[in-house]
Amino acid sequence: MNISLGARARRLTDKPPVWVILLLIMAIMPFCSAAQASEFEDGLEMLTQRSFNTKIKGLELIVASADKRTQQVLSELLEGRLYYLNRSRQVLFTDESDGNISAVDVLTQEPLAGVDRYDLKRISINNQIRKKLKNWIAFLNVSHDDPDVREKAVYSMLDKLNSDMLASFQALSQTEKNKKVLKAIHVALALGTLQSGTPDEILTALPALKGQLFSAVKTNLLRLHEQTDNEEVKTEISRLLQGIESRLATCRFFETLFFGLSAGSILVLASIGLAITFGVIGVINMAHGELIMIGAYTAYVIQQALPNHIGVGILIAVPAAFIVSGVVGIVIERSIIRFLYGRPLETLLATFGLSLVLQQAVRSIFSPLNRAVSTPDWMSGSLAINPALSLTMNRIVILVFSLLVFGALFAVMKKTSLGLQVRAVSQNRAMARAMGVKAARVDALTFGLGSGIAGVAGVALSQLTNVGPNLGQAYIIDSFMVVVFGGVGNLWGTLLAGLSLGTANKFIEPLSGAVLAKIIVLVFIILFIQKRPQGLFPQKGRAAG
Amino acid sequence: MNQRHLSLRIWGAVLAVSVILGFGSGAMAADTIKVGVLHSLSGTMAISETTLKDTVLMLVDEQNKKGGLLGKKLEAVVVDPASNWPLFAEKARELIEKEKVSVVFGCWTSVSRKSVLPVFEELNGLLFYPVQYEGEESSKNVLYTGAAPNQQAIPAVDYLMNEMGVKRWVLAGTDYVYPRTTNKILLAYLKSKGVSDADIMVNYTPFGHSDWQSIVAEIKKFGTAGKKTAVVSTINGDANVPFYKELGNQNITAENIPVMAFSVGEEELAGIDTKPLVGHLAAWNYFMSVDDPSNDEFIENWHAFIKNKNRVTNDPMEAHYIGFNMWVKAVEKAGTTDANAVQDAIIGVTVPNLTGGYAAMMPNHHITKPVLIGEIQEDGQFQVVWETPGLVVGDAWSDYLPGSKDMISDWRAPLSNGNFNVKTGK
Repeated sequence: MNISLGARARRLTDKPPVWVILLLIMAIMPFCSAAQASEFEDGLEMLTQRSFNTKIKGLELIVASADKRTQQVLSELLEGRLYYLNRSRQVLFTDESDGNISAVDVLTQEPLAGVDRYDLKRISINNQIRKKLKNWIAFLNVSHDDPDVREKAVYSMLDKLNSDMLASFQALSQTEKNKKVLKAIHVALALGTLQSGTPDEILTALPALKGQLFSAVKTNLLRLHEQTDNEEVKTEISRLLQGIESRLATCRFFETLFFGLSAGSILVLASIGLAITFGVIGVINMAHGELIMIGAYTAYVIQQALPNHIGVGILIAVPAAFIVSGVVGIVIERSIIRFLYGRPLETLLATFGLSLVLQQAVRSIFSPLNRAVSTPDWMSGSLAINPALSLTMNRIVILVFSLLVFGALFAVMKKTSLGLQVRAVSQNRAMARAMGVKAARVDALTFGLGSGIAGVAGVALSQLTNVGPNLGQAYIIDSFMVVVFGGVGNLWGTLLAGLSLGTANKFIEPLSGAVLAKIIVLVFIILFIQKRPQGLFPQKGRAAG
Repeated sequence: MNQRHLSLRIWGAVLAVSVILGFGSGAMAADTIKVGVLHSLSGTMAISETTLKDTVLMLVDEQNKKGGLLGKKLEAVVVDPASNWPLFAEKARELIEKEKVSVVFGCWTSVSRKSVLPVFEELNGLLFYPVQYEGEESSKNVLYTGAAPNQQAIPAVDYLMNEMGVKRWVLAGTDYVYPRTTNKILLAYLKSKGVSDADIMVNYTPFGHSDWQSIVAEIKKFGTAGKKTAVVSTINGDANVPFYKELGNQNITAENIPVMAFSVGEEELAGIDTKPLVGHLAAWNYFMSVDDPSNDEFIENWHAFIKNKNRVTNDPMEAHYIGFNMWVKAVEKAGTTDANAVQDAIIGVTVPNLTGGYAAMMPNHHITKPVLIGEIQEDGQFQVVWETPGLVVGDAWSDYLPGSKDMISDWRAPLSNGNFNVKTGK
């Protein structure tokens, strides 16, 4: 900025009068903002270049310009929604809905009409730029309107503190009103003191870090503990670390417990159908896994039919899969199983052959490759309870869902007439028939019920694992293990067995690896069955056992 | 003519016709050169291998359009070993002995290659193996058009160490020979660069593993200890899908803990939601996004052949492209499809690759390749963020393992040895 003052220059040695200063400021201001604006424009122009280093320099200019559009540019770039027009190099904010693209020019804030996707070129970024963008956005968010955003931003900067940031946090601590944000700022300031303060300053700052679960806090405390010579500081840090460690250990325990319960809930879902058919009719159904697979494919088909409503699709898929797998189950029962009652080996062979037939049928109808089933938004991501404990949404939903299914099944067994008849037939078939229960019809309906539940399990599994013709094979062995362990025919037994086997597996896994954990659980079941062949909750009734 | 003479004449005619037909079909058979395709079309590896079967079919088709080979048409013989490793050996034997193929393009997992190796060596067949692998092997009957560890794993680790400043390492792999051996090499390499044991975490899972909760939580814990951490993934097959999904759900983003995969390419990404994966890395010798006229032409031909503009191309497809063209050139040079002649003729054969350079067949049956590191984009494509300045020669015997650093492989006469120890002279 070259501003020649001309005649006024002779009087610069005296203190100029106020109005001169004001005039000067007014004269310089447009240039400043013009300089700012041109910084912003230059930065935008550099974003349209190919080289990543040039883009970084452009972003630095954009941030330095402190333009009111800076934050939006940074966050849109991170989301991949910043494009530029091929022909004119105008940088645009874009939005896509229903296949139509709407674009707004960044500089003029005016929407552009008739923009085609072939005219646009996306401004691509790499990991280095992504990291910088997140840092800048966090820094800008520290002065956001929403206190939750501010708190999150402060905490996210804990592992990247430098003296500039600490200075601005210091200033903020005077003006911030919100208690939670203030606490976050104090934690950040305390961490800063750890890095560069005197022992006395550190001792005063340490209490602010009590029980903080952020990894940056623990790492810094450990580092300081190693580096410092001051005994008082050392003991204080040890005390703090002990507290943090015990809190972390509790969080880790609950996390593993959650993993175990969610893995167990899947086992429960997959095996509860088998418990009913095995328990009531005494049929070893090796095609049970394929009934699960059919349920998963039902979810896929419905999703193909409703591509824009994934959440609704999954909800519809639950009763649909119940009906489809249930009908397939009834057909299997009427056509094959009915003739093989009382002959367990033949039933086993027949249903094994049937499982192969079903697998190949699916391979021929759909394709041997896996099918992609999307997860709805409300099932994605995770729920953060504290910095050390996050629970993934899909697992929470499936855990709740399996408990609901169990509850529904329990209600059917205890409250409906079908349930009554099923229990009667399974306890004493001859007596039930003597009381007028149509045992053959009950058998078919029970098999259908068990298969329907398997189908519903398939819908849940479609969200967690690959949907392919071999889906059933991965769960059939586990289902039998749960049923045998829990006691044949007993719903509570299946629930307890499934949850405990899943939990045991997940607690052993960090120590021994995934493969060995499964083996250990299997060995445990074998030993348990030696001692107690009927399982956890044996069947009641005189004809049973 | 009495009854006996009539029946004799009829039998004679039948015999003559069948002999003529027999010769005829023999002559017909002699008019085609059979090319075997040994890739899993079902099971856990189908996600990766099915597209390679289609690639070979396309290459055979294109070569036939150019007039075939040695004046004969090429005929592809496709079998499905269904991700079943012993079945691979059975099918390989069927291709060579029964179908009498002149060459086989096949295999993906190293366990499948190890299963078929004795068959190819016994029957003196020829296998073109297009996938990145762990090295420690050099067979007279196998041409390795995929990357050896020094053409993929080592440069990838260098990139993470030097360009991204990674100090802590998670080596996650599927439990079979390729990840186990590659991790052995990488452990030796990392230790030679001064990385301590406490900074390395190793984890193996079975094929098709779907419950990644605990493992991803362990990775998260390991990676938030204050030093930059990266995951080097040798996970193969469809276990990758729930793995990446869990990474996304537990919020492990590429700027925090990048995952560098060796067996995940455009094809594996085609079936999943790649939004949470943006920024994670893969190391290959080819990406579909590479800007080169030969690549554009290949992609165009591929889309026309497969009649689907959404199908992607990937590194093992380029390896088959290179291998097939090398085989054609070697057969033309040798004048025959006989395995021994082709093995002699193919050394030194150079064909263009799809990234603007050339691939040459070296005496150790490996080829020269460039190394590219790419970041996953939202559309499932890779953006190249780093590449080697030139071509890297494939080294079958890793310099970082004590058993193999003194070994060389040279299939030219007079050495003709795949594992010659220069120190002991055997």
